[in-house]
Amino acid sequence: MQELSLNVLDIAQNSVRANATLVTITMEEDSAAGTLRISIADDGCGMSKEQVARVMDPFFTTRTTRKVGLGIPFFKLTAEATGGSFSIDSTLGVGTTTTAFYHTGHIDMMPVGDMVSTMVTLISMNPKMDFVYRHTLDGREFVLDTREIKAVLEDVPIDSPEVVLFIRDSLTEGEEELKNPETVNL
Amino acid sequence: MKSLEELRAIRDRARVNVHLRKENSPDNIRVVVGMATCGIAAGARPVLTTFTEEVAKRNLQNVMVTQTGCIGLCQYEPIVEVYEPDGKVTTYVKMTPEKAVQIVNDHLVNGKVVNDYTIGSVGTMK
Repeated sequence: MQELSLNVLDIAQNSVRANATLVTITMEEDSAAGTLRISIADDGCGMSKEQVARVMDPFFTTRTTRKVGLGIPFFKLTAEATGGSFSIDSTLGVGTTTTAFYHTGHIDMMPVGDMVSTMVTLISMNPKMDFVYRHTLDGREFVLDTREIKAVLEDVPIDSPEVVLFIRDSLTEGEEELKNPETVNL
Repeated sequence: MKSLEELRAIRDRARVNVHLRKENSPDNIRVVVGMATCGIAAGARPVLTTFTEEVAKRNLQNVMVTQTGCIGLCQYEPIVEVYEPDGKVTTYVKMTPEKAVQIVNDHLVNGKVVNDYTIGSVGTMK
């Protein structure tokens, strides 16, 4: 994986497979402290304690097409390489929260990359699911919630090309304004 | 931030197109992109984005772009399968956004399989 946004996309696919109806992806950045916390929380089928322990092992997978499961080990490594930490909180029947914590000043910190494409892919490929994207940077916040969008759309599908384009633009603008608050024209 | 007002206007415009687009119709061409760890690591996300954007740009109402997991040929990822209404399946391998544009043009629009990118030709090369 060349950037963290791809790891996030990959981990969120696990939520899709777990039949989640709502996935909340949170990025909390503190530039003074040099930290980033990424979490992916779902209300899917969850895992037992034994399963949680085993998903960290690259040679464990529930799939039958091949014998390895690298998604979680890859994501864990990206955080631990920066001196950060990684955890999975899961309860059967309730859901799973995967959290990675980074020291962004570390030389092995990977670029976050294109979170907009990750969110657009998740939202447009899983129109029946809901996604919340919350990004905070030094106390400022940007949130996109597909439940709000669907409430406006009524009978128009969220994966209509025009709507997907709107979501992409909203995310791009939101991210831009978060990074450069002074350039916003009020 | 984009406003919900703007979204309302988009909704009203999109509504006109919605009845033209037949979800799950047997006449649709399905484009399926592998989006498991292997696919994503090999570059499937920009390939998927290119397909959805090209299909939207050309207003191809009969093409559905969807995703799937790992099909067990990780060394050939990104893999894209095209399912046609007559039951024909074409498997494209080692995909890139550039190849995706050509496949939309040649295969999805003009019905001509891009043989150079199929698993048959790429698999036997090297």
